[in-house]
Amino acid sequence: MPALLFYLFALITLGFGLMVVLARNPVTSALSLAMSFVGLAALFISLDAFFIGTIQILVYAGAVMVLFLFIIMLLDIKAESDRMTNVAAIVGAIVLGSVLAVQIATVSAAHHQSDLSVNDAALNLVAAGNQMAATKTDLPTISKDLKAGILPDTKLMGLALFQQYGFHLQVMGLLLMVGTVGVVVLSKRDKEVAR
Amino acid sequence: MITLSHYLIVSGLLFALGLAGVVARRNIIIIYMCLEMMLSAANLTLVAFSRFHVLAGLPDYSAQALVFFTITVAAAEVAVGLAIIVALYRSKQSVEVESVTKLQG
Amino acid sequence: MTPPAQETSASLPTLLLLLPFLTALSILIGHKLLKGASVVLSIASAALCFVISLMLLDARDSAPILLPFIEIGKFRIALDALIDQQSRGMMFIVTSIGLLVHLFSLGYMKDDEGKVRFFGSLSLFMFSMTGIVLAGNLFMMFIFWELVGLSSYLLIGHWFEKPSAAEACKKAFLTNRIGDFGFMIGILMLFMANHGDVSFIGLKSGFAEGPLHEMTQTHTTFMMLAALGIFMGAVGKSAQFPLHVWLPDAMEGPTPVSALIHAATMVAAGVFMLVRCSFVIEASPDAATIIAWIGGLTALMAALMATQQNDIKRVLAYSTLSQLGYMVMAVGLLAIQVSVSHHEAGPGHPAMFHLYTHAFFKAMLFLGSGAIIYACHHEQNIWKMGGLMKHMPVTFATFAIGTASLMGVPFITSGFWSKESILGVGFEACRPLFWVGVFTAMLTAFYMTRMFVITFLGKPRTENAHHAVEAPIIMVLPLVVLAALTVLSTFESFNRLLAAMIPNHAEGHPTVMIASIAALIIGSGAGFFLYKGKDSDPLNIKLFANKFYFDEIYAVIVKVLQDQLAWVVTGLERMFVDGIVARLPAFIAVRLGSAARVLTGGHLQAYTFLLGAGVLMVIYLVVFVLPQLGH
Repeated sequence: MPALLFYLFALITLGFGLMVVLARNPVTSALSLAMSFVGLAALFISLDAFFIGTIQILVYAGAVMVLFLFIIMLLDIKAESDRMTNVAAIVGAIVLGSVLAVQIATVSAAHHQSDLSVNDAALNLVAAGNQMAATKTDLPTISKDLKAGILPDTKLMGLALFQQYGFHLQVMGLLLMVGTVGVVVLSKRDKEVAR
Repeated sequence: MITLSHYLIVSGLLFALGLAGVVARRNIIIIYMCLEMMLSAANLTLVAFSRFHVLAGLPDYSAQALVFFTITVAAAEVAVGLAIIVALYRSKQSVEVESVTKLQG
Repeated sequence: MTPPAQETSASLPTLLLLLPFLTALSILIGHKLLKGASVVLSIASAALCFVISLMLLDARDSAPILLPFIEIGKFRIALDALIDQQSRGMMFIVTSIGLLVHLFSLGYMKDDEGKVRFFGSLSLFMFSMTGIVLAGNLFMMFIFWELVGLSSYLLIGHWFEKPSAAEACKKAFLTNRIGDFGFMIGILMLFMANHGDVSFIGLKSGFAEGPLHEMTQTHTTFMMLAALGIFMGAVGKSAQFPLHVWLPDAMEGPTPVSALIHAATMVAAGVFMLVRCSFVIEASPDAATIIAWIGGLTALMAALMATQQNDIKRVLAYSTLSQLGYMVMAVGLLAIQVSVSHHEAGPGHPAMFHLYTHAFFKAMLFLGSGAIIYACHHEQNIWKMGGLMKHMPVTFATFAIGTASLMGVPFITSGFWSKESILGVGFEACRPLFWVGVFTAMLTAFYMTRMFVITFLGKPRTENAHHAVEAPIIMVLPLVVLAALTVLSTFESFNRLLAAMIPNHAEGHPTVMIASIAALIIGSGAGFFLYKGKDSDPLNIKLFANKFYFDEIYAVIVKVLQDQLAWVVTGLERMFVDGIVARLPAFIAVRLGSAARVLTGGHLQAYTFLLGAGVLMVIYLVVFVLPQLGH
C-alpha cells in the first residue's frame, strides 16, 4: 500500500476518533465512530488482514454502531446540556491521553522491529503454498490459491479458528449466549422495582 | 516507507484518544463508544504484529484469531452494556455519569 | 496360600464395621418407613456381627487397611484394623453381649415409644465399639472413641423427657470430653515423638528400637506426660477417679444400655485401650505407678460407696466402677512389673482376663436387675423388693451365679480366677496395692451379699414385689445364655478359644489365695448376718451414701472457678477487648474512612481518572523504571 493511503486512512481514523470525543451531539459521535472504524478497517486491509477488516466493517461499523444509534434514538438523548463543562475532567483527560500517547510512542520506537517495513517482512505465498501442499494434502484449495500467489485470508483464518482454536470458539459461543440471556434479564422490567 | 512503528503509533494515539474521551465525557453512551475505540486500537496493534511476524511465508494467524475473539466479546459487551444503560436510564431518567452516585462514600 | 487368608481377614473386619453402620444409617434415614422392621434389622445386624466375630476368632493376625482417607506425603491416616488375639477376644465379648442385649431389649423396650430410636442408637453404638476394637492406630481409635461417647450420650438420654436423664447424659458427655481432651494430647505427643506414626504396630516398634526408645531414657517427663495423656482417655471412658462421677448417673438410661455400655463394653474400652497401649505405660514407671494407684483408689472408693446405695442399678454401677478400678490397677501393676523385670509380658493380660469375665457376669447382673425392675413395675429401690427368689426363680439363679462370680467364690467361678491373677500381679509388684485389692474384694463380697439378701431373700416388702412374675422368655433367654458363658469362662478349655484374655499362669502365691478367700468369707458373712431379715438399713454412713460428696465438691469447684474466671475475664475484656481490640481499630477505621472519603466522591469520572493514572503509573514503573534497575 502506498504511504499516502496509509496516512489518509490513519488521518480518517484519528480525525473521526477525535470527533467522537469532542462532539456534543451523541448522534454525531456515533456517526464519527462509524467513520473511524471504516478507516481502521482500511488499515487492517493494508496489513493483509482482509477478513478482520471485513468483519470490522460488518460487526462494528454495521451492527454495533446501529445498536448505539438505536439506543441513542430510543432514549432520545439530547446534546449535552450547557451546564458548566467540567474543566477538571477535561484537563485530566488531556494529561492522561498525552502521557499515554508519549509512553506508547516511546515503547513502540524502542521495539526491536520498529523500523521493519511491510517490504522487509514480505509474505512468501508460493513457498507457503508448496509447503502446505506437501504437508496438508487435505487442503487443496488453500494451497492452490497460495501457489497462484493469492492470499486466501478467510480460509486461513477459518483454518486457524477451527483447527487451533476450536475450543475457544465454543467458549465464545457460550459467552454470546450468556450475553443474550443477560440482556434479556436486564431489559425485563422488574415489576417489584417498578412498583 | 511505512514501518511497524507507524501502525503502533496510530494505534497508541487512538487508544489515548479513547482514554481521554472516557475521562472527559459525561454521557455514558459516548464513554461507551470511547471504550469501543480503545478496544479497536488494541486490535490494530494485534493485526500489525500479526502481519510483521511472518510464519512460513504467511502472517501469524493466531493473533488474528485473537482479534476475532476480541470483536466477538466486544459485540457481546456492547449488547450487555447498552442494556445496562437502558436499565439505568429507566431508573434515573438520565445517562449522565453524575446521576450515578451510589458509590458515594 | 497366604493371599486368600489375607483377603478374608481384610473383608471380615470391613463387614463387621459396615453392618452396624449401615443399619444405624438406614434406621436414621428410614425410621419412618421401616418402623418395626428397623428393630428386626438392628437385631439381625447384631446377630450377623456375632457370627462374623466367631469367624474372626479363626482368622490369622493381620493389619489390613480398611479405608485410607488422608495421605499427605509420608503422613497417612487410614482406617486400618489390627487383628490380633486381643481384638479378636474383645470382639467376641462385644458382639456376643451386644447380641444378647439386643434380644433382651426386645422384651424390655417392648412398649417404649422411642423403640426405633433406641435400636438405631444401639446399632450406632455397635458400630463405634467395633471400630474401637478393630482400630489399628490411635487416630482411628480416637474417632470411634468419640463416636461411642456420642452413642452413649444418646442412649443415656433415651428418656430425655425425664430431667434427670437429660442431666445425666449431659454430665456423661461433658465428663468424657475432659478425658478425651487428655487422650488427644497424649496421641499428639506420641504422634510427634514417633514421627507421625501412631499405629499400634508402628508405636510398638518405635518403643522397641525406634525414636521412642531413646526418649524413654532421655525424656522421662515427656514420656510420663504422654502415658498419662493416654491414660486420661481411659479415666474418662472407664470412669476412673476423679472423672468417675458420670457412670452412676448414667444408670438413668434403659437397663439394657447399662448392661451393654456401662458395664460390659464401652467402659471396658478404656481398659482395652490401655492394654493396647501398654508399651507406652511400660516405658514410664512413674506413670505406671500413678495409674495403678488411681485404679486402686477408684476400686476402693467405689466399693465403699456401693455399700450404702439403695438403688439396685446404682449398686451395680458402683461395683462396675470398682471392678474397672481393679482392671486399671492391673494395667498399672503389670507395667510396673514389666518395667522392673525388663521382660516381655505374654499376650495375655490379667486386666483383659478380668475384663472378659467381668463383662459376662456384670452384663448378666445388669440384665437380671433389668428383669427385676421390669417385674416390679420399674421399681429400683432394693428396700421395696424382697422375696423375689420364689417369684423369679430363673432370674434368681442367674443372679446368684453372677453375684458369686463378682464376689469371687473360689475355684468354681470365673471371677475368682481373674481376680486372683490381678491380686497375684499386685502381690509381686506393689504390696500396698495388693492389700487395697484384698480389702476391696472384701467390700465387694459385703455389698453384693447385702443386695442379694435384701432383694431375693426375706419377704416381699411392697405390693409390686409381691406380684412380681418371671420376665418373658425373650428376656430370660439372654440371662441364661450369659449365665452359661459366665460358668463356661471358668474353664480353661473354653477359654483356649480366647487365648488372648488369659495371662500366663504365674505361680499363685498361697498368701494371695488365702487372703482373697478370707476377704470373701468375712465380707459375705458380715453382709449376710447384718442384712438378713432386715427391712431397713442398719448401717447408715452418710459419707458413703452421698458418694464422698464428689458431686457437691465438683459443683463448688466449678462454681468458684467459674466466678473467679468470669471476674478475670470481664476485667480483661474491659481492658483489651473493649479498649484495644474494639475501640482502637474502630477509631483508626473512622479516621482512615474520613480520609478516604475525599477520594470516593461518587464521581465516576474521578474514578476513571484515578484508574487511568494508576495504569499509567504501572506502565511507567514496569517499562521505564524496572529495566534500569536491572530486571
